[in-house]
Amino acid sequence: MRFRINGRQVEVEVAQGTPLLWVLRDELKLTGTKYGCGVASCGACTVHVNGTPVRSCVMPAESLADAEITTIEGLDSKAGRAVQQAWAEHNVVQCGYCQSGQVMSAAGLLGANSSPGVDEIEAYMAGNVCRCATYQRIRRAVARAAEILEEENQ
Amino acid sequence: MTTTLSRRDFLQTASATVAAALVIGYSPRGALAAASATGGDLTTNLTPFVKIDTAGQITVLVKHFEMGQGTSTGLPTLIAEELGVDLSEVAVEFAPSDVTRYANLLFGAQGTGGSTSMANSFMQYRKAGAAAREMLLAAAARAWNVAPSELALSNGMISGAGREAPLVDFVAAAAAMEAPAEPVLRSPETFRLIGNPNTSRRDNAPKINGSARFAMDVQLEDQVVAVIKRSPRFGGTVVAMDSSAAGTVPGFEGAVTLPTGNAVVVYARNTWAAMQARKAVAVEWDFAEAESRGSDEIESALLAAVNAPPAFIAKEGPGLEETTRRVDQAAQTVEAEFFLPWLCHAPMEPLTCTIEPTANGVRLHDGCQFTTGAHQALAAVLELPMENIEINTLYAGGSFGRRATMTADYIVEAALAFAMSDRSRPVKLVWSREDDLAGGAYRPAFAHKVRVGLGADGGMVAWDHRIVGKPIFKGTAFEQAFVHNGVDHSSVEGVSDTLYGIPGQFVGLTDFKSAITVNWWRSVGHSHTAFVMESMMDMAAKAAGHDPVAWRLSHLAGDSKDQRRLAGVLRLAASRSGWDSPLESGRSRGVAAHKSFGTYVAQVVEISRDAADAVKVERVTCAVDCGVAVNPDIIKAQIEGGIGYGIGHVMRNEVTFDNGVVTQSNFPNYAPLRIADIGAIDVQIVDSSEPPSGVGEPGVPPAGPALANAIAAGGPRVTRLPMVNNGVRFA
Repeated sequence: MRFRINGRQVEVEVAQGTPLLWVLRDELKLTGTKYGCGVASCGACTVHVNGTPVRSCVMPAESLADAEITTIEGLDSKAGRAVQQAWAEHNVVQCGYCQSGQVMSAAGLLGANSSPGVDEIEAYMAGNVCRCATYQRIRRAVARAAEILEEENQ
Repeated sequence: MTTTLSRRDFLQTASATVAAALVIGYSPRGALAAASATGGDLTTNLTPFVKIDTAGQITVLVKHFEMGQGTSTGLPTLIAEELGVDLSEVAVEFAPSDVTRYANLLFGAQGTGGSTSMANSFMQYRKAGAAAREMLLAAAARAWNVAPSELALSNGMISGAGREAPLVDFVAAAAAMEAPAEPVLRSPETFRLIGNPNTSRRDNAPKINGSARFAMDVQLEDQVVAVIKRSPRFGGTVVAMDSSAAGTVPGFEGAVTLPTGNAVVVYARNTWAAMQARKAVAVEWDFAEAESRGSDEIESALLAAVNAPPAFIAKEGPGLEETTRRVDQAAQTVEAEFFLPWLCHAPMEPLTCTIEPTANGVRLHDGCQFTTGAHQALAAVLELPMENIEINTLYAGGSFGRRATMTADYIVEAALAFAMSDRSRPVKLVWSREDDLAGGAYRPAFAHKVRVGLGADGGMVAWDHRIVGKPIFKGTAFEQAFVHNGVDHSSVEGVSDTLYGIPGQFVGLTDFKSAITVNWWRSVGHSHTAFVMESMMDMAAKAAGHDPVAWRLSHLAGDSKDQRRLAGVLRLAASRSGWDSPLESGRSRGVAAHKSFGTYVAQVVEISRDAADAVKVERVTCAVDCGVAVNPDIIKAQIEGGIGYGIGHVMRNEVTFDNGVVTQSNFPNYAPLRIADIGAIDVQIVDSSEPPSGVGEPGVPPAGPALANAIAAGGPRVTRLPMVNNGVRFA
């Protein structure tokens, strides 16, 4: 099976029905994308497929043959870099296990809407669970990332 | 702890880590040792925390694992402060397993828990940094033929007496020196890093760019993934197992019943295959000794026991009969029965570890919380000498207490899975989220019954408190330390040692028996006792006609340091929250204050109710007194997280049983706190020169009762949790 991941064409052998998450982690060793629930309920496995955040734990790999997949390791969009900068400025992370997914979701949000309001941030990020409860820093950091993007555009 | 190590022993230790030119550290008794790989004597116990290689790279060895609580920033902060370098200049490594060097000074074993990491390391790490500084300065002074007092170390440079050179120039000479017995610590007025609110976490970058390595990320050559099929009821055993149907799953490598007889291990080439194959393995169970009750039955049994005479007395007070008499004859009685459910820790990273064969033993790759326990468990299960076992500690994706258990449960499972293999390949044990929620080691369910007597003047005259729950420590290796006269301290902490001046308090305890496994859960006993104490204090204040803050302060009016510090955070939280100012329509506030793990925390939760009476947590104001604040922003983050953890669980979470089988399967039905559930949290840290105390757990206990008190201020009093199943709706 051939994929395009982080700008690279890759070929792997996977059993029918294997979710993208396990292809990334166990076959391609791209372990930045995390397993948290396996049922698209926590968002730790969030990657971008053609620029849109999806939950890779429920996405059969064979459905993605022609798709452009971006994982945390390959995140290099303007929005992505702004999110990562804001995350560091606000010391968002604690255990960090959910944060790849949080960053991928936030980058997806800002890619689509560069100045979201609080309600929009909360609605978009609702699918990403953080058991350390870093939520208020996530809210602030997304807003800060939007500010960084605006500064860059000036 | 002052055993003399031979030079040969040390070199083995040094080579097991990395070749270092200078290794320096402090023993618990303050004895210091330094040694060099190229020269120098090792004269006494070595607890190496600082290494400086010949290129000048300073590395701090962190003896506490990092589960998000900030140890990989906090402990290096202490060394960098005393050494006189920027925090960004030091590399960070997790210490290997070695109880003689890296014991938690409060446990006597290497491990993390009880919010003790900073408390037990504060002086130890500062002294190690200060000793390294003095030795480097002494070496430079000798080289330049000046007095050490003329020199200073700053930003990696030694300067003074008109000269300057990088510290790396003096590492070899320093390593050959006798270490100072009592190095002089920097005085707090000169701190640049301790107390600095602008410190960045050392683990920011790897956790933001996906490169941080967690135990779940271990990918070793030719590793096999093991998942375990456990009894659906606690205490069940395997009668028969049939894995023939798994043969069609690509990647399936085999299945075997564990020698413990209570589970089957399924091996496969990768994680997905292992999970699929497990579904195809059929097991017949014997449930004769298993817990087969349902939740209603368990709850009824707990509540019946709390209304019967207690088995043990945790606090005598005036005695059971006299306390009962005083409450009965009081002008007013405030009474409530509480039920707090079983709870799962559910850290984001499900449990996992990998056992890798080495030339003469094994290497454990784990987000290892209780290192000594894991080490001993591996030695026992695999029948290996301790010295043939290494532990590689990786980042842990949360824990909340789950990764340390009395039985080293998942590490033993991995060891058994490895032992049952041919031991030629690394075996990676993986728990699914479903395994996690059904896997036990829960915060035990508790029932409390409290009767408070108020006199004619509204003052408290007696407090009769009964508690029932499954004890955590009884029957374990920790029994001797934590169980006295039948009373498991973890069942009553926060009640029998309350800081409130309560005249005539009796505390009775009865143990609940069940095969359901239990464990410490973020804040341990305080996770249920604070809810009950702080709910009752509110109810008593209301009955007595007093403001809840003023009522609490009037019971903290003594001159003990404990009472003053708790009163201090209560006043601060009240004033920051605008406690005395009017509320917007539809809003209400609740307060709670509690000491746990040496730290004093008060919180005010402000909620709103919409037209449909749905509750939203609008904001939380918190004041914390944890002694010297080493990394203030990390303290704030821990308290914010503790508040979220506390509130999220009282809102929605419980583990329930249907004929002994856990009902919850994954996050959809063990609904975690999400971003829109909680508004802004304002954390204020009290200035203090007291020794640092914990912050990982103390944010949790007051959060639930502060929310319950806010709800009760404008609606029903909730005494059964979770709130969503007991009359509260959240927006």
